Amino acid sequence: MPEDLPAGKEALLEIHEISLSFKGVKALSNVSMEVQEGEICALIGPNGAGKSSLLNVINGVYRPQHGEVVFDGRHFQKITPFDAARRGIGRTFQHNALFERLTVLDNILAGLARHGKTTFWENIFHVGRDRAENRRFLAWASRVIAFLKLEEHAGTIVSTLPFGIQKRVDLARALVSEPRLLLLDEPMAGMNQDEKQEMSRIVSEVNSHFKTTIVLIEHDIGIVMGLAHRIVVLDYGSKIADGMPEQVRNDPGVIKAYLGEVYE
Amino acid sequence: MPETQTSPRADLLPLSQRSGLVKPGIIGALTIAALAVPLSFNDYWINSIMIPMLVMGIAGVGLNLLMGFTGCVSIGSAAFMAVGAFSAYNLLLRVPVLPLPVVIILAGLIAAVFGVLFGLPSLRIKGFYLAASTLGAQFFFEWLFTNFSWFCNDNLSLTITAPRLELFGMDLKSVHGRYMIVSVTTLALVALAYSIVRSRIGREWIAVSDMETSATVIGIKVRARKLLAFGISSFYCGIAGVLWGFCYLQTSNAHSFDLDKSFEILFIVIIGGTASIFGNFIGAAFIVLTPIFLNLAVVGLGLTEHVNIGITTNLQRVLFGAMIVYILIKEPDGLYKLLQRAAAALSGACRRLRVTA
Ligand SMILES: Nc1ncnc2c1ncn2[C@@H]1O[C@H](COP(=O)(O)OP(=O)(O)OP(=O)(O)O)[C@@H](O)[C@H]1O
Ligand SMILES: [Mg+2]
Repeated sequence: MPEDLPAGKEALLEIHEISLSFKGVKALSNVSMEVQEGEICALIGPNGAGKSSLLNVINGVYRPQHGEVVFDGRHFQKITPFDAARRGIGRTFQHNALFERLTVLDNILAGLARHGKTTFWENIFHVGRDRAENRRFLAWASRVIAFLKLEEHAGTIVSTLPFGIQKRVDLARALVSEPRLLLLDEPMAGMNQDEKQEMSRIVSEVNSHFKTTIVLIEHDIGIVMGLAHRIVVLDYGSKIADGMPEQVRNDPGVIKAYLGEVYE
Repeated sequence: MPETQTSPRADLLPLSQRSGLVKPGIIGALTIAALAVPLSFNDYWINSIMIPMLVMGIAGVGLNLLMGFTGCVSIGSAAFMAVGAFSAYNLLLRVPVLPLPVVIILAGLIAAVFGVLFGLPSLRIKGFYLAASTLGAQFFFEWLFTNFSWFCNDNLSLTITAPRLELFGMDLKSVHGRYMIVSVTTLALVALAYSIVRSRIGREWIAVSDMETSATVIGIKVRARKLLAFGISSFYCGIAGVLWGFCYLQTSNAHSFDLDKSFEILFIVIIGGTASIFGNFIGAAFIVLTPIFLNLAVVGLGLTEHVNIGITTNLQRVLFGAMIVYILIKEPDGLYKLLQRAAAALSGACRRLRVTA
C-alpha cells in the first residue's frame, strides 16, 4: 500500500551518530537515520537490538552519551520528554503504560495535556477558559474515540480491559494531541492476525488522513512490508540496513541477522 | 453505563464516572447533617465525636490528595497542621483587623508554602526516601514551635489558645459556635476538593501517580503537579490544624501535632481508601470512635478495675494495626469501597425481595 513519496521532501526527524549505553552495556552505537515528513518508517531488528531505546532517545526519555536529534529543523543535544511533547512528538509504549485508575476517556483527555491553557484557579473554580477548554477537549477526545472504535469502552477503567483494547487506548492517547511525529513501539504485539490487520489499517489511515509522520517498531515482517515506506534495521545497537522495503528484504546482512531468529 | 447528561456539568463527566469519586448526593447529605446535627445532638457528641471527626477528615482529605491521587507518600502531615495552628494564632493575635475566615485561609496558605518547600525533594526521590524527608518536616516544626517561644507569644507553658473566635460580632467560643466553624469549613473544603479532583488537575495527578513516564511523555508538567499537590495537601492540613487547635482542643502546643497524629492521618487515608474524598471521613470516624468504643466496652464489661488507660491505648494500637493490615491485603480501596459494595449488595437483595414478594 505504500504510496510513492514526492522526492526532495524535508526530513522531519534526523538522528546523528547517536550512542547510548547503560552502565557500560551498549544499547546503541553510532546510529544515524532520517525520517521524511509524511512517511511511515519501520524499525525492525531482533530482541534487544535497541529499537525501543532509539525511540526513547528521540523523545528524550533516554539521554544519549553522544549524538544529536534534529526535529523540525531544530538541533537538540538533549531534548526533554516534555519539550518533545510540546513540539509535537507523540508516543506509545511497548509495555502497558496507561493510567490504570482512569477511564478510557480520561486517559485520552490526559493525552491533551500539552494543549492545556487553563490555570490552576480557572480549573478549581471552573471559571474563565475552563469550561470552554473542557468542552474542546471532550470534542477532540470523542473524535479519536470514534476513529478507534472505542465508544463502548469510554467509561471503563482501563485496567479492566483486555490487552488488545488497551493498546488501542494507548494509541488514542498519543493521537488525540495531533502529533506531527508519532512513535509507536510494537502497537500490534500480542494481537492475533485479524487484530494486526485492523491496527495496520488504522496506522496507515492515521498517516494518510492526519498526515502524521510515523516511526513504528514491529516484529511481523509481513505487516511491516505492507505498511512501511521505509525500513531501518538495527542489530546489536547498530544500524545494518536502511531503505525501501524491497531493498531491505533482499539485503544479505539483514537475512544473516535474522537467520536463526525465531519470532512469535 | 455512561449516564446521559446534558447539563453544563457534562463536561465534567469523565472523572465523575470514576466510581465513588463524585456523589453530589453525598454533598447534599453532608450539608443537611451539618445544619441539623448541632440542633439535635448533645454537647458531648458534638465536642468529642463530630468536631474531631470532621477535622481529622479534612486532614485525611489533604493527605489523600497528595498520596492517593498524586502518589507522593508523606508522614509529616501533622507538621503542617502545626504550621496552620501557630500561624492562625499569631495572625489572630498580631493582626486584629483580620476576620476569622481570612485568618483560616491565610493560615492554610502559609502551611501550603511550607508544604511546597518540603515537597521539593519529591522532584528527585520517591517512596520510602520521600517519606523519610517528610519526616524531616515533622521533627523540624515540632522543634521550632517548642524552642522559639515567640510563636506562642512567649507564653511560659508554650501553649496556644485562640485569642478570639468571632464573626460579625458573634462569639463562636461555645460548642455550637465551634461546631459551626468546623462544619462550614468542612463543607467548603470538601466542595473544593471535589472541584479540584474533577478538573484537569485531578486527572493529571492520577496520571502522574499511575505512570510517571507516560505522564511526562504526553506533556504533563509532572514537577509542577507534584508541588501543587504538596501545596494543596498542606493547605488542607494547615486548616485542619487551626480547627484542631482552636475548635477541638482549644488549648494546644507543638506536641498536639506530633508523629502520632501524622500516622493517624495516614491510617485515615488507608482506611478511607486512596483517591477518595468522602472515604476520609469514614476513616476519621473509625479513628475517633474506636477509643470511645473501647472505653465503653471496658466499662460495660465491668473491667474498669483491671484495665488501666495504658492497656486500652495499646489495645487500640493493636486494633488499628490489624485493621490496616487487613485493609491493605483485602480491601486496598479502603473501607468506603467495602461499605459501598455492601450497600450495593443490600439494595440488590432488597430489589430481589420486592420482585419475589
Ligand atoms: N533502562 C535501561 N536500563 C538498562 N539497560 C537497558 C535499559 N533500556 C534498555 N536497556 C538495554 O539496552 C538494550 C536494548 O534494549 P531495547 O529495549 O532498546 O531493545 P529492543 O530492540 O526494543 O528489544 P525488544 O524487541 O525486546 O523490545 C538491551 O540490552 C537492554 O537490556
Ligand atoms: Mg522494545
